[in-house]
Order: sequence, then structure tokens, then C-alpha cells
Amino acid sequence: MSEISKEQVKHVAHLARLAITEEEVEKMTKQLGDIIEYAELLNDLDTENVEPTTHVLNLKNVMRKDNPREWINKEDALNNAPDKKDGQFRVPSILE
Amino acid sequence: MSLFDYTLKELQDKLHKKEITVSDLVSESYNRIQEVDGQVKAFLTLNEDAAKAKAKELDQQQESSNSILFGVPLGLKDNLVTKGLRTTCASQFLSNFDDPLYNATVVQKLQDENTVTIGKLNMDEFAMGSSNENSSYFTTRNPWNTDYVPGGSSGGSAAAVAAKEVFFSLGSDTGGSIRQPAAFCGVVGLKPTYGLVSRFGLVAFASSLDQIGPLTRTVEDNAHLLQAIVGHDQMDSTSANVEIPNYTDALSEDVKGLKIAVPSEYLQEGVAPEVKEAVLRALKVYESLGATWEEVSLPHSKYAVAAYYLLSSSEASANLARFDGVRYGVRSEKAENMLDMFKLSRSEGFGDEVKRRIMLGTFALSSGYYDAYYKKAQKVRTLIKNDFDKVFEDYDVIVGPTTPTPAFKVGEKIDDPLTMYANDILTIPVNLAGVPGMSIPCGFSSEGLPIGLQLIGKHFDESTLYRAAYAFEKATDHHKKQPALGGDR
Repeated sequence: MSEISKEQVKHVAHLARLAITEEEVEKMTKQLGDIIEYAELLNDLDTENVEPTTHVLNLKNVMRKDNPREWINKEDALNNAPDKKDGQFRVPSILE
Repeated sequence: MSLFDYTLKELQDKLHKKEITVSDLVSESYNRIQEVDGQVKAFLTLNEDAAKAKAKELDQQQESSNSILFGVPLGLKDNLVTKGLRTTCASQFLSNFDDPLYNATVVQKLQDENTVTIGKLNMDEFAMGSSNENSSYFTTRNPWNTDYVPGGSSGGSAAAVAAKEVFFSLGSDTGGSIRQPAAFCGVVGLKPTYGLVSRFGLVAFASSLDQIGPLTRTVEDNAHLLQAIVGHDQMDSTSANVEIPNYTDALSEDVKGLKIAVPSEYLQEGVAPEVKEAVLRALKVYESLGATWEEVSLPHSKYAVAAYYLLSSSEASANLARFDGVRYGVRSEKAENMLDMFKLSRSEGFGDEVKRRIMLGTFALSSGYYDAYYKKAQKVRTLIKNDFDKVFEDYDVIVGPTTPTPAFKVGEKIDDPLTMYANDILTIPVNLAGVPGMSIPCGFSSEGLPIGLQLIGKHFDESTLYRAAYAFEKATDHHKKQPALGGDR
């Protein structure tokens, strides 16, 4: 189970929206394999009846009143955009 | 003698008596940066014009201030968003993020106290790293010996305080990123209880583990800085709504009857002999002050690093999805369609360690592996948390080393991620359990590098950590030693 293949690495890179070179695939396969193999250590533990911890404090979902308030305006929100046009973010074509 | 050798209380006294001005304090910072930052390389961005203008404004203020932080020079880790001041997370992806739109809650709180922001401090890219070598700009150096790393990821925050370039700083800690550099640089660093300090405006790495905390040269000043940044915040849904004590009330030298637990796992193989000896000497100090200590077990400690890397990387892979090249940051010039824009922008903008962790996290969360890795790690997290709960039924505080070794050399561990990860073995369990942890200076290695003592407390019991740390600091001289940087005063 600790083996990870080059094909898996390419698939994961696609899911993570990373473009990786063949050289990186090679390196990543080795490094991820090592880390995952190390993580197999956790299988020494029987956790059959253990509840997972998603959060250390017993927090409940927090709601606040949905009142409008001053925040960022449209121009400011576009200020750091790499590309914008007519008050909107501009991106390359989505459809081929 | 630097103005930063005084305590906050002494500085406020001098300001009130008009022996010094805020402008003097701010100049002290920039002069020192001019003098030593070529060697230390703690700063990514300086805020000099705005800081000097602010100092002038504060000096002209008629009514005197009640804030103990009034006019004091502050450094901020570069993953804390600062309105109008470049915030990069030490990543090329954010190299053009010159105009953030708002202040992180902690930044706003400290501005309201009239601290002066001197600049933004170097770190491992997106807080992923233990040496500062993962900064995509340059590596900050350890002020005690510039061949050595300052630790990470808040390496710039610790180094700048140790080098007296700022009076104090803020860092963030996901698996040891405040405590480990504090130990390596010989300063006081606190990771508060999860939820005590608002994370709003902290660029998220692993949201269930991240906490912002103070780095200072003394325990007393650490308590003052913490006091100013805690509290419930409606902008952070994980921010705890708890009563906040007055932390300085805890600063008594009386630790008689304090019950200390020393985990045997924290003194085992892998911990350098001189680190172990320094911790044992510290325990002797506590004995002499009337505290008692016993060895205990945190039996799941050896699983913490593996669980941590699965959980933190999984959370990071989701958190870093926001860096898509649309709203801020750098966009690849090569992209001809939307999917390539995402992929190329991210690949060009992120460094190797960040990509590695996004990949690991995406893998651990992917269909078919989720239960085996992510959920398994969450269950192990429960066991680790239970270990702490059990010890805290009988003891007030856990004491051990902050790191297995003192600082290592630049370049020594960079090629082997697993060896680098192992460096955080004593700090990671604290984040998994969500309890507060602190590092204070407790000695020096034969090479003259600082050694850190880690104090771990119950949820929301920072006061006991401060009491224990303060008593130790008053009984010892470790914090008085200074790094001998070129041009030192």
C-alpha cells in the first residue's frame, strides 16, 4: 500500500492543479513514497473504536446576524488582480 | 546598550518622563536593521516611511497613553495581512501582493494600542518549514552564529527579536513554528491555546492547528503582548469565547507546590545529551524553588509527526486552493486557457516544499485513500490529545526540551524532508492537542547556541505557563546573554 506510482503522482498533480515536469514526477514519486511509507507507522495503532478529532475544542457552528456592513468595495477588491476589465476579473477562455 | 534592553514598563516610564521619544525607539530599530540585517536577513519588507511618520504623530499626541505597548517597534511575520503593506508569505506567488485590503485582527489590535510596525519578517514559504530555508527570497540567519539556521517557520520573527532589530514580534505556530525558532534564537515564544487568538487575516496553512503568538526577550513582555492580541472575534468562527485573565497577575516567582510532569518520551534517543542536561538542570532549578517533578508518559508521541504531516498537508492542500491567479498574486504568462492558468500559475509561484505538501494532502484526501490516511490520522490525533488530558488530571504543567538539538547549519537538512520533519517531534503534539506551549531560554550548547525549555499547559491556562516561565527566568541568567553580532553594543 505504501507504493505510489508515477501515474498516481500525475493524477494527484492534476487534482491539485499543479503542472509538474517529468523530472518532478520522478522526484515526487520517491519523496511522497517515502513520506507515505513513514505514515504507515500509524497502522500499528488499533483505532477501531476511536472517534476522529476534527477540532480540539468543542465548538458548535457559529452564526451571526446577517446584517450589511462596511467592507471592501468593488474597486479595491480588483486592486490586486493580475488582469481585470470593466469592473470584473478577467481570465483566459474557459471553453475551447 | 540598546533601548530594547529595557522592559516595556521601563520604556513607558521613560516615554512619560520624556527621556525618550517614540521616534527614538523607531530610529533604534532602523539603525539596528541598517547595522545587522545584512547578516541576519530577517526582513522581507520595511515600513520605514510610514513608521517614522507614525512615530512623529505619536510624539505630538498631547494626552498620555495608558497602553503599555504605546510607541513600541513591532515586527510581523509575513503571513499576517497588513493593509496597504506588502504581504508575501515568503512566496513568489504573492511577490506582487503590495496592497492587501485589510488588517489581520491581531494587526488591527496592535495598531489600536499604538505599536509601530517596523516591517514584515521572513519565514518558510506559507509557514511550511523548520529552518527558514524554504523562503523563496533568502534564508534568515541565526543571530548567535550566522552559519546556522534561525529555525522556522517564524525564523525572521525570532531572529529579529534576538538581534534587537525590533522590540518584539508576532509569529504563527502550526507544528512548532513559534517555539522552535524561539528556542534556536534564545528568545521567549508562546503558542497560545487553539482558539485564544483570532486567526482572521493570518494566511491559513492548517486551520485546525494554526495559532498566532508573541515572541519577546522576556517572559513579562510576552504576557503583555499576548494580553493585547487575545479575545473573541466574530470574523473567526473558531475563535473561543472565554473569559480572559490578566496574564501579568500570574507573574509571581512563587512556584511552590507546582506539579511538573516530564514525559519520558521527550528525553529519549534523538535528544542531544547537552539538551537533555540543560533540561535536567532546569528541573533542578524548579526543585530549588519548591516545585516537584515526576516522569510521566505520553505514549502516542512517536505517532505525532506522521499524523501531523497527513493532517496539516491535507488542510494546506485545501487552503492553498485559493491561490488560483485570478484575484491576487502572480499569473503565468504562458497560459492560454483557464485550466492551464491555474496549473502554470501555481507551479511557477509555489516552491518545492509547498508543492510537496499540497501533493501529499491532495493524495491523503483523494478518493480511496481518505479513510486510510486522513481519517486514520484524525483518530490518532484523538489518542494524542487523550495522552495530554490524562497527564493534566494530575499535573499543572509539562516540561521538556523544545527541540531535540540546538540550531543546525544552513544546508544541513534541506535535501531530506523526513529528517527536517523530525525536528518538530517535541512541538507537534502540542498543536495536535490544541494546548498552549512556550519556549524559554534554558542554556547554551558547547558551540554557544541557545537551548530552549518547553512548557506545556492545560487548555486556556497560559497563566500557569507564565508563572512557571517567570519564576525560572528570575532564578537564572540565560536570557541575559546576548548574541555577539558585528557592531554589537
